[in-house]
Amino acid sequence: MMVARRYYSWPAVALHWMAALLIIGGFALGLSMVDLPFSPQRIKYYSWHKWIGITVWLLAVLRLTWRLLSPPPLLLPMPAWQRRAAVATHHLLYALMLLIPISGWLYSSAAGVSVVYLGVLSLPDLVEANKPLAAQLKLVHKTLNVTLLLLVLMHIAAALKHHLFDRDATLARMIPFLRS
Amino acid sequence: MPIPRLIALPVLTLAFAAPTYAQQKLVPEKSEIRFAAKQMGVATEGRFRKFGAELEFDPARPEMARARIEVELGSIDLGNEDGEIEVRRKPWFNVDAFPKASFTGAGAKALGGGKFELAGKLAIKGVTQEVVLPFTVRQEGANLVAEGAYPLKRLEFKIGEGAWSDTDTVANEVLVRYRVHLSGTPAKR
Repeated sequence: MMVARRYYSWPAVALHWMAALLIIGGFALGLSMVDLPFSPQRIKYYSWHKWIGITVWLLAVLRLTWRLLSPPPLLLPMPAWQRRAAVATHHLLYALMLLIPISGWLYSSAAGVSVVYLGVLSLPDLVEANKPLAAQLKLVHKTLNVTLLLLVLMHIAAALKHHLFDRDATLARMIPFLRS
Repeated sequence: MPIPRLIALPVLTLAFAAPTYAQQKLVPEKSEIRFAAKQMGVATEGRFRKFGAELEFDPARPEMARARIEVELGSIDLGNEDGEIEVRRKPWFNVDAFPKASFTGAGAKALGGGKFELAGKLAIKGVTQEVVLPFTVRQEGANLVAEGAYPLKRLEFKIGEGAWSDTDTVANEVLVRYRVHLSGTPAKR
């Protein structure tokens, strides 16, 4: 019989923090690149942003697979509404990690720019170049990202609340050096 | 002494009707000059909307070929307005100072199997280089169609200077594809 673990396994921890860094980096890059004048820097930033997005998508798939193979620790005791909020936030975060890169890829295709992962792997265009559609997809990509930003802020606030106010081991489950 | 009209008119008519003076003409709506380059590994394509050409080519006598092609660089079509504005500027084509690119060549060489090549001078942005343009020829209805592609190194012509000379962002090699439809018959010289 499998004993429920207390902490996330090390692959889950590594994948979580890799995704966190890439999401923050990709988000910052996305915000700064849109205002750049047409320049080599702009072309580079857009490419890097796309590569990061594809990587986040791959990491999300990998993490979901890993969750099946190695189930995460059970939530610590907490009020039912917090439990529901935590589960809902995690589900939405996964949904957005899968949807946002696809929305960006769709937008890029509609804008007439193919995505070549890491400058090597050519991904197929999902839709034909179409300016009005590109404008709509841009809005979709942006809206999903604003939603992600709000959810991530909530996710971080909840983790800090558990650590600083509830003083439980919730955050330690994801940060090995917090474990005593 | 003025030539009597009665004689001059038939002589001129004969001159224009004679196949010896027939001219080949570019059919612009069927001809195109396109190019493809890679940006961060992503293939990007474009074309020039306006170009003119004076061409003479007889597949039976390629050595008599003559070509002069002029491309209006400002007529570039990238399908992206920001890009089009940028490439007209100084670091790229500097269209204000160098509005046209040109190719001048004479005397094509037959390579067999409908393949030819034409050596000449390619001038872009004040830089002139000797190039050899390969092309194939076929007949399409009444038109003679010549098409081919030339891999141009953009930095040899200072296309994309300063920050843009970074070939990791925009590759040095630009594949220029050309297709010209010619109406009329080649002059017999």
